[in-house]
Amino acid sequence: MENEKKSFFGRLKEGLSKTRDNIVNGIDSVFNGASEIDADFYEELEENLIMGDIGVNATDSIIERLKAAVKEKHVKEPSACRQLLIDGIREQMQVGETAYDFEQKQSVILVIGVNGVGKTTSVGKLAGKLKDQGRKVILAAADTFRAAAGEQLTEWANRAGVEIIGGAEGSDPASVIYDAVNAAKARKADVLLCDTAGRLHNKKNLMDELKKMNRIIEQEFPNAHRENLIVLDGTTGQNALQQAREFGEVTNLTGIILTKMDGTAKGGIAVAIQSELHVPVKYIGVGEQIEDLQKFDPDQFVNALFDIEDGTEENI
Amino acid sequence: MAFESLTDKLQNVFKNLRGKGRLTEADVKAALKEVKMALLEADVNFKVVKQFVKAVEERAVGADVMNGLNPGQMVIKIVNEEMVSLMGSETTEIQFQPGKSITVIMMCGLQGAGKTTTAAKIAGKLKQKGKKSLLVACDVYRPAAIKQLQVNGEKQDVEVFSMGDQISPVDIAKAAFAHAEKNGHNVVILDTAGRLHIDEDMMKELAQIKDAVTVHQTLLVVDAMTGQDAVNVAKEFDEKVGLDGVVLSKMDGDSRGGAALSIKAVTGKPILYIGMGEKLSELEQFYPDRMASRILGMGDVLSLIDKAQANLDIDEDKSKEMASRMKKGAFDFDDYLESMKQMKKMGGLSSILGMMPGMGAKMGDIESMVDDKKLARMEAIVLSMTPAERKNPKLLNPSRKNRIARGCGQDISQVNRFVKQFEQSQKMMKQMPGMMGGKKGRGMFGGMGGGKFPF
Repeated sequence: MENEKKSFFGRLKEGLSKTRDNIVNGIDSVFNGASEIDADFYEELEENLIMGDIGVNATDSIIERLKAAVKEKHVKEPSACRQLLIDGIREQMQVGETAYDFEQKQSVILVIGVNGVGKTTSVGKLAGKLKDQGRKVILAAADTFRAAAGEQLTEWANRAGVEIIGGAEGSDPASVIYDAVNAAKARKADVLLCDTAGRLHNKKNLMDELKKMNRIIEQEFPNAHRENLIVLDGTTGQNALQQAREFGEVTNLTGIILTKMDGTAKGGIAVAIQSELHVPVKYIGVGEQIEDLQKFDPDQFVNALFDIEDGTEENI
Repeated sequence: MAFESLTDKLQNVFKNLRGKGRLTEADVKAALKEVKMALLEADVNFKVVKQFVKAVEERAVGADVMNGLNPGQMVIKIVNEEMVSLMGSETTEIQFQPGKSITVIMMCGLQGAGKTTTAAKIAGKLKQKGKKSLLVACDVYRPAAIKQLQVNGEKQDVEVFSMGDQISPVDIAKAAFAHAEKNGHNVVILDTAGRLHIDEDMMKELAQIKDAVTVHQTLLVVDAMTGQDAVNVAKEFDEKVGLDGVVLSKMDGDSRGGAALSIKAVTGKPILYIGMGEKLSELEQFYPDRMASRILGMGDVLSLIDKAQANLDIDEDKSKEMASRMKKGAFDFDDYLESMKQMKKMGGLSSILGMMPGMGAKMGDIESMVDDKKLARMEAIVLSMTPAERKNPKLLNPSRKNRIARGCGQDISQVNRFVKQFEQSQKMMKQMPGMMGGKKGRGMFGGMGGGKFPF
């Protein structure tokens, strides 16, 4: 764990951090700049949260909760207020104890999301991780739409050293899923990881196609532990909430993979999604290498969200 | 939860103020609070929103409320005008080099923004304009990126230049330019790898490509769903590489696309195109005024009207004739087919509905009601009729209906239901002749008349 932690922040620090620091203004400037807790202070805080893509509604409720806590605990100092805020969000973003049970069970992981969020890359990375844990993994290349998606996943399969079941471009993705489920059963795989085509959540036909894939897994592999992960681009704004909502209508979302968190975006929309839809972030993507997919750590997330120096979290 | 449109919200703010002559500071402040919320919900950058709201406030306070408008509409009008002027008042096209000189276009952006797809779309669009493009695969990092470009290039029938993934993108760009010169291409489109705006080495690579070959148009491809971070991305790319224009991708989603305003505000660079779908033909011109109403949540009615006008190839006479026949209730199955054809050209019923104000977010519900597939089945029924039957729906007797059912591979009950609904709508049209009387939108209403049919 200690190692992972280092590499997460380490990666941000290496090469990227200089430019990054010039761009992002940490929340500490709000707390350091304010001498008392007043309307201006809250306004600046609100600005900071909205700039992190948390959204107007979720920001309002965070501020309301904070105000209540400040009142209740008679907090006078902005710095004490800071801790209340951080603790509140951290608590909310906790991942449940059973969140990673699928690692130990025979499971089917369906990876879904809109176009270009990093589904194929995340599937490749996840395959590598599970393989390293000694699990037998089979990949299903059910993106039969985008040009060369199959090739892209095959490359990842080779890197991770796992098997892959695919179909021709333009073929029915549900039939790929069917084949893959049967292969997973016959070859006694531990984990079947299904990559799907990117689809915008407002396209009915494509969402129906996803429904069909989901149904086939249900019917053909009823005993398997199910994990439905939606991949969200960390740079996406308020629309991500809509994405999670619509995909959640089709499959029972069990978690989020939040990608592209190595840029300057804060991924704050995950806070809004967690508070409204109660879907936890389970993984976080911080780069293009296999090791750049990491289990979600609420502490790190909150620190990154507010650009708090890692000095603080070493004390935790 | 559907977005409540800004128009509705402002209507509420001003419901007690009907008929006031001049906008007071209090009115404007109250209205702008809603405007600010709407812009933030649309993902316009916080700082941009602040500036924008300030500018509107200065203009709006004390402004006369125009005849025929209520205060809410007046504020909307000012907001809309300010936004359009901020977004660039007119559409911009890619500038080409004169004569036979080669125009070099470089695509850049974050991972997954849609560069490769957009590159192929642009190549296809330019082909229609008579340009001979060369697509160049400079993404040597992402697995299978080259293959993706090759497949897309093939679909567009545009040549793709690649040198594998072991050569540096700078050298590929140079070689591609030489290749284009030799083979008479007049446009070179460089598809580069996705990169983070804070990745110094990768950003340097783009600058090096620009040093090696003369790039005339550097286009940033940005996902329309991007949040607050859009300003950082655009600013960094503009400062480090230098941008000439922007393409907004994934506009066929239901995001409000506030990133467009943020990017325009920080870079001042024009938005050239918007990506409207995964198919390679789905790249459209960018219209600042339409984007403004989309960000404000006022629907994209203008786009709809334009689409109707551009795509309906039926001439004025024909549509007049159809409308007059509708009025008389003499609308037959041929007219039905014609309306279907028009509707399909406009991208299907669901695409039309998606552009109506207030519909965007509710598309899911509506689409399940008016499934384009269902319309296709109805079309099949009509296509299984003889010309005589199409002209004269009254001919249809049980034996003919049975034949039609066999012909279109559907159940007789479906044929019966369709014919019955058709007759009902014929009657309905007779009863409301006023509907087709519009001046400008006749062609469109003629087309939409078909939409009144049984779904």
